[in-house]
Amino acid sequence: MKALSERIEGLDVLLEARLGGISVSLQPIPGEIPVIQAVIGGREELPIFITASPDQILCICYLWRDDEIKPEKRLELLELMMDLSPAIPLSAFGRVEGQYVLYGALSINAGLDDIADDVAALSDNALDALNALSEYLV
Amino acid sequence: MSVIGKLVTLLRGSARELGDSIIDANGVRIYEQELVDAREAIAKAKEELTGIMAKEMQSAREIERGRAEIARLEALAVEALDKDKENLAEEVAAKVADQEAELERQVQAHAEYALHAARLKDLIKLSEAKIREHAREVQMTRATESVYKATQSISENIGSSGSKLISAKESLERIKKRHEDLADRMVAADTLEKEFSTKALEQKLAEAGIGDEAHRKDKIMERIRARRAASANVAIKVEVQA
Repeated sequence: MKALSERIEGLDVLLEARLGGISVSLQPIPGEIPVIQAVIGGREELPIFITASPDQILCICYLWRDDEIKPEKRLELLELMMDLSPAIPLSAFGRVEGQYVLYGALSINAGLDDIADDVAALSDNALDALNALSEYLV
Repeated sequence: MSVIGKLVTLLRGSARELGDSIIDANGVRIYEQELVDAREAIAKAKEELTGIMAKEMQSAREIERGRAEIARLEALAVEALDKDKENLAEEVAAKVADQEAELERQVQAHAEYALHAARLKDLIKLSEAKIREHAREVQMTRATESVYKATQSISENIGSSGSKLISAKESLERIKKRHEDLADRMVAADTLEKEFSTKALEQKLAEAGIGDEAHRKDKIMERIRARRAASANVAIKVEVQA
């Protein structure tokens, strides 16, 4: 299997083109498994993390932590997220260790174009979701 | 139990190390070996199936041929009887008997081949289902592991880089602010551009002798002349008074 960094070589250039020239930087995150951080200009607070297992590529955007949800609106938010998930193109809501995420999963055989599509959609979706659901957050 | 079922049990038990707990690393290796074995078994079964199906087709052809031969021989026996050749007819009948015995063997073999083929097909279906289940289990374990480990790396990285983890709302505000700044800048640039283009037009009009700008110099000259004339008048009046 090709290394993740090798697989996504040129992703920044491709993404910049997709986003109309907005700058994109890729940097590896040190750790046990390969993680690449994609930072999109103007959206520095919402980086996309790209990681791979032997079977799939995951693009993850961290949205909010459990303790950021208004307690009285929690159930409503969770149900809303369930209802919204199928309607969001290429991305789905999830939670990892108390951290709510929006993520896109791709086949390990996905091409660079597919990954660029996913990351671009994820970034737009994450900002959109945050905007739409911020009233549920403290 | 299904893989998702296992995950649900673990989540209910509030397992922190979800990725490691579904099946341990050793378990994954065993599954992986089982997958390899099952795939080999399927490949073998498929090869065997090809052979059996070929034999099945072959026996079907033999049955067809045998039946035709029996029909042909029986017709000959009838012809022999018609010509009162009893002995000849009996000879043919003996041949038909041999053919019939052979046909029965072929029919029997054909049925066995068909049964064997059906069994092999079932076996392949079952093994494929098993493989898919195992593969899914391994995949889910690896996916869970990878997302948890990635999250660990990411939080460690955020922690070590010293950058404060800001809230989602704060992030949104910052992004919005930046976006607004950009929008403001664009509006400003737009206004500026419009102003420039208005000025350029006015200049062109002036050059063509149209509009206020074109006669500004003349007007100024007029004003200066008027002023001069006025001050000359004052001077004359002073002289007169003197």
